[in-house]
Amino acid sequence: MLPFVVRRVAQMVPLLLVVSLLVFALIHAAPGGPLALYLENPNVRPEDIERLRRQMGLDRPLTAQYLAWLWAFVRGDWGYSYADGRPVLERLLERVPATLQLVGISTLVAVILAMIVGLLASVRGGFDRIATIGAVAGISLPVFWFGLVLQLIFANMLGWLPSSGRSSFAGGGLADSVLHLLLPAIVLAAAHAAGWSRYLRGSMRDVLGQPFINAARGRGASETRIVLRHALRNALLPFATVVLLDASIMASGAVVTESVFAWPGIGSLFTEALAKRDYTVLMAFLMCGSVAVAVLSLLADIAVYALDPRTREAA
Amino acid sequence: MNTVERAGRRPAFAVAALLGALVLLAVFAPVIAPYGVDVLDLARRRGAPSPAHWFGTDELGRDLFTRVLFGARISLAIGLVSAALSAAMGVSVGALAGYAGGWLDALLMRVTDAMLSVPRLPLLMISAAVLDPSVPLLIVLVSAVGWMETARVVRAEVQSIKARDFVTAGRALGATSPRVVLRHVLPGVVPTATVAMTIAVGRGILLESALSFFGVGVQPPTASWGNMLYQAQTTMGSEPWLGIFPGAFIFVTVLCSNVLGDAISRSATVRE
Repeated sequence: MLPFVVRRVAQMVPLLLVVSLLVFALIHAAPGGPLALYLENPNVRPEDIERLRRQMGLDRPLTAQYLAWLWAFVRGDWGYSYADGRPVLERLLERVPATLQLVGISTLVAVILAMIVGLLASVRGGFDRIATIGAVAGISLPVFWFGLVLQLIFANMLGWLPSSGRSSFAGGGLADSVLHLLLPAIVLAAAHAAGWSRYLRGSMRDVLGQPFINAARGRGASETRIVLRHALRNALLPFATVVLLDASIMASGAVVTESVFAWPGIGSLFTEALAKRDYTVLMAFLMCGSVAVAVLSLLADIAVYALDPRTREAA
Repeated sequence: MNTVERAGRRPAFAVAALLGALVLLAVFAPVIAPYGVDVLDLARRRGAPSPAHWFGTDELGRDLFTRVLFGARISLAIGLVSAALSAAMGVSVGALAGYAGGWLDALLMRVTDAMLSVPRLPLLMISAAVLDPSVPLLIVLVSAVGWMETARVVRAEVQSIKARDFVTAGRALGATSPRVVLRHVLPGVVPTATVAMTIAVGRGILLESALSFFGVGVQPPTASWGNMLYQAQTTMGSEPWLGIFPGAFIFVTVLCSNVLGDAISRSATVRE
């Protein structure tokens, strides 16, 4: 187990180095470089820009800049936001709880929904037709448009739910929080539930077609027992892997959903930073996102390794 | 062809026809559109859908149906061209990595993995904000983040094909590597590439619309389905038609591309 984990962690290092190069190159490809925002501001004099350039080390060779940035990033020194001068780490951290809440709840909703739909679709042909149509529709929905339409129906027309934010100005306990969470969580969960239900259905079908299922039937095991004990246990692992690996798509979805619903999480921090060309925040966001995705895929691999002895030969 | 297969193909034909109709609408937009794309009618601003203006009018009194038709040209162009480009990139990278093996394979796959682990939409949004793109550059950007999955699948297929006997036979007959790849290996990848490309059309349109929705994609006054939504989002409560129609067109187009991709991949597996 340990050698596998060590080898797998070692594989992450070159991967994250490539990502960091990509992120660094992207920001420096900007016309005007990282100081573009100040170049457009008439109140900032050329000598100030020169001073900033020296202060931030932007006059040094690119390789030196890259190494300095990378080293600082590894130590947790992510620089200061251009927009309000506060440490980037602090700005990101204060947004984490809201995002964790939204992403956590909607992942949970999506997993439960996908399991129910995927399981039923794998054993009931009639339901499968409807589930297929629903799933393809769910995958094809433009997230932001779906959000706007739900806002229109449930907030503007019916007035049942708040259209945006995480809580009312007056504050209002648990019920208020749940009401605010409902629409963004549904929007974020919809596409994932659709994709994951298809995936579970597919792997259930694969397992149900294998000889040991017939053998179980031959022994007289009940259909419920076969589906839940024999098939689902085998189909669940690839399903769990896909859920973990989809974290990157979840991050994209969170950016869109949070800004449509003005949810005060990392995603809306990203869109605010984008509008202000707040490059230190944007770089930190991309790096954190990639590290999170890499760590989750590591977890997925370790989970498979730990839970399924069959894969150990290949690994 | 058995009955099940035939029944499975009918929706595929229907969506293919629908996609074709959308492309025709886009191509002939200047002929079909009832109004000029930039013609303002300040007396009829923010008008609800009516017989004169099927989809209503926007905040400058422009006819929304006309704008949706012209938006289709931009959105479909980005979807179709970026799909072709990203499929070409994916097949090239995947075939090169899978056929060459060794350090080149390792290098290409590390880059592929790295690209896959950066959240796609934020990466694209930053690139678009940084580069301030025109439509052709947007196409390049959208395809630059869409080739990785194709590359992975194609690499795996090429690896399995190149171990087959007919490839060895071709090499034994003295065929050069480029010839082996082009004549013997790549034809086996065509179904996969077709499916990937079909699905990429929808994804490209979704990415364009998301970028434009955040104001970093297609810039007004050029109409795209995405930037029409960007302009509509603040007035969804009072003029919902401004958002509903462009979004519905995005939805239907992406749906068609996904259904078609599904159908092609199913019929490809059936034949094997």
